[in-house]
Amino acid sequence: MISFQLKRTFLAGVKSLWLHKLRSVLTVLGMVCGVCAVIIMLAVGEGAKFEAQEQLKQLGSTNIIVKAVKPPEDKTSTTGITNVAQFGLTYDDLERMVETLPNVQVAVPTRKIPKTVGNGARTLDTSVMGTVPWLPTVMNRKVAVGRFLSSTDMRYLRNVCVLEQPVANTLFPFKDAMGQAVRIDGNYYRVVGIMEPVAPPKMPKAGADKSDGPTGIYLPLTTVRARFGETLVTMSSGSFQREQVEIHEIVVSVPAMEQVEKTAAAVQQIMERFHNKKDFVMVVPLELIRAAEKAKRRDQILLGCIAAISLLVGGIGIMNIMLASVTERTREIGIRRALGAKKRHIISQFLTEAALLSGFGGAIGVVVGIIVAWLIGYFMTTTTIVVFWSPALSFSISVTIGLAFGIYPAYRAAEMDPIEALRHE
Amino acid sequence: MTGIVEISQVWKTYRMGAEDVHALRGVSVSVPEGQYIAIMGASGSGKSTLLNLLGCLDRPTSGTYHLGGEDVSRLGDDQLSFIRSSKIGFIFQSYNLIQQLTVVENIEVPLYYQGWSERDSLERATALAEVVGLSNRVNHRPTELSGGQQQRVAIARALANDPLIMLADEPTGNLDSHTGSDILRLLDQLQAQGKTIITVTHDERVANHAERIIRLADGEIAEERAGRQP
Ligand SMILES: Nc1ncnc2c1ncn2[C@@H]1O[C@H](COP(=O)(O)OP(=O)(O)O)[C@@H](O)[C@H]1O
Ligand SMILES: [Mg+2]
Repeated sequence: MISFQLKRTFLAGVKSLWLHKLRSVLTVLGMVCGVCAVIIMLAVGEGAKFEAQEQLKQLGSTNIIVKAVKPPEDKTSTTGITNVAQFGLTYDDLERMVETLPNVQVAVPTRKIPKTVGNGARTLDTSVMGTVPWLPTVMNRKVAVGRFLSSTDMRYLRNVCVLEQPVANTLFPFKDAMGQAVRIDGNYYRVVGIMEPVAPPKMPKAGADKSDGPTGIYLPLTTVRARFGETLVTMSSGSFQREQVEIHEIVVSVPAMEQVEKTAAAVQQIMERFHNKKDFVMVVPLELIRAAEKAKRRDQILLGCIAAISLLVGGIGIMNIMLASVTERTREIGIRRALGAKKRHIISQFLTEAALLSGFGGAIGVVVGIIVAWLIGYFMTTTTIVVFWSPALSFSISVTIGLAFGIYPAYRAAEMDPIEALRHE
Repeated sequence: MTGIVEISQVWKTYRMGAEDVHALRGVSVSVPEGQYIAIMGASGSGKSTLLNLLGCLDRPTSGTYHLGGEDVSRLGDDQLSFIRSSKIGFIFQSYNLIQQLTVVENIEVPLYYQGWSERDSLERATALAEVVGLSNRVNHRPTELSGGQQQRVAIARALANDPLIMLADEPTGNLDSHTGSDILRLLDQLQAQGKTIITVTHDERVANHAERIIRLADGEIAEERAGRQP
C-alpha cells in the first residue's frame, strides 16, 4: 500500500517533469554545477591527501634534513684559483646532534660528490654518496636485490657500492649488476645491492616525467673520505673552485611526529651556535607537507564556495520552478483536495517532484563532475581521486537541497483553499 | 434525525473588509437516503456555498451538519479530507479531470488517497469505466475525449469510493442538450440503484430530474417543491 503510493507519487512526478523537459533541464543547471563542484572538490582533496601521504612516505614524516649550502659571501671570495671554500656540515655537527638532542635516535650523514662512473665504455655522470648503513631505515627505502652497506664495509673501508635502479639500468643494461664492478676515478667498487625504485608519487599521466626517482651510487662514508678526501675541485667558467665540505646532508630522525617541531628548533639552535656563516639549510618534510596541505585547503575552500553558491543557485532555481508549477497546477491541487487528498499528500507530491528534479540535476552533476575530475587529473599537475562515497554524498546533497527548497512551494500548495483552487482559471 | 444529510440552522458568513456577507442565513435541510434533490436559485443566492459545505470543503460559521449520522461541522482539515475521500463523490461542471492522467488513473485518484492497493484500485477503476460505458477508452487522456465522455469519467471517479452522497454542480452546464440528457439519464440510473444525489443547477430541465427541488434566495430557502415523481 505504502509502496503503491510512493510509486504513484514518483511516477506522477516523472510525468510532470517529462511534460516540461526543456524547463526541467534548464532548471537543474545550477544543481549540475553545484554537484560537479562538490565532486571535484572532494576529488582534489583526496588527491592532495594522497600526494601528501606519498611525499611523507618518501621524505619521512619524522625526519629533519639539514643540507650544506655554499654561503652567499663565499661566492666572491672563492674566485681565486687557490682559495678553498670551507663550509657545510661537519662531523662535529653530526656528533653534537646525536649526543645532545634527547629525541634524536639516529642521524644519517651523507657526502655527495658528483662523479663520472663507468662500466667499461659505458659512463654516467651521477652522484657518489658516502653514507651510513642505516640510511634505508631512516629514509624509508628498500633494497631490491642484495644488501645495503654494512658496518663491516664501514669499518674496513671496503670498495663496495649500492646502486639506485636508474644507475644500474644505465651501466648494466644487459646483465645483472650484482657482483659487477663500477669504476670511479680509476678504482673499482663491487655492487652489493640495488635499491628498489620509489613508487611513482602519482598515477601515470600524459607528459609526466617518469624518471624523476632518486638516482646515484651509495658508498660507505669511510671509504668516500679515504678515497676522495675532503676537498672537492670543480671547474666553472674557466677557474677552478675548491670546496671543502665534510658532510653534505644530515638526516636526523625522531621517533614520533610530535617531536619533529621541537627537535627541528633544537637542531637549528645547535647549527647556528657553531656556524657563523649561513652555510646550511634545513628541510622539514612535515612542515613542507603541512604548507602544501594548507595551500590545497585554500583551493578547496574556493571550490567549496563555488559549490555552495552553485547549490544555492540550484536550490533557488528549483524553488522558483516549483512555485511556478504549483501556480500552474492550482486546479489540479483543488481537484485532488476535493477528492480526499490531505495536506500531506499534496506536500509529498510536490516534494517528490522537487527531489526528482534536483536528483536528476545531481545525477548529471555526478557524471560531469567525475569526467571533469578525471580531466583535471589527466591534464594538470593536480592529482584527483574520486572516492567511492563522493558520488553518493554529492547526489544526496543535491536531493536534500531539492527537498529543502521544495518545502516552501509544497507548503504553499498544501495550504491553498480547496474551493479557491477549484475555481482557479 | 433520519436523513443521510442533516443540516440545521447553518449560517455561512464571509468577512469582506468591514462588512459581513451572509452567504447562508439559517438553512436547514434534511435529505433522506436515496433521494435525488436539486438546488436552484439566482446567481449569488448561496448555491455554491451550500454545496461546498455539503461536500465538506468548508465548514459552516454556525449551525450543524450531520453526514450519515456523524457531526462533520467542526472537523479539522485532515478529518474533512478523510470524509471527502470516503463519503462524498463530486461531479463538476467543467469535469475537473487531471489532464496528465489517463481515464483509469483519474478514476483511481480517490482510491489512491484512501490507500487502496494497486491491484484492487485498478480492478475497481476498470469496472467503473465499464459502468459508464468507457471500457474502450481506459488508457486515453482527457484531451482525447469528448465533453460527454469526460463527464462520464468524472461520474465514474465520483462513484469510486462508493460515496454516501453524490454532489453535482451544474453537471450538464458545459454540454449540448443531447449529451446533457445522456448524463442526466446516467444520474437517474444511479439514483435508481439507491444513490443519494444533490445537484445544483440553473436549468429547470435538469432540476426536473430530481424528486425534490429547493430554491435559494439571498442565502435562505425560499421555496421547496416536488419535482419528477418517482
Ligand atoms: N469566498 C467568499 N468570500 C466572500 N464572499 C463570498 C465568498 N463566496 C461566496 N461569497 C458571497 O456569498 C454569496 C453567495 O455566493 P455563492 O454561494 O457563490 O452563490 P451562487 O453559487 O448561488 O451564485 C454571494 O454574495 C457571494 O458574493
Ligand atoms: Mg455558484
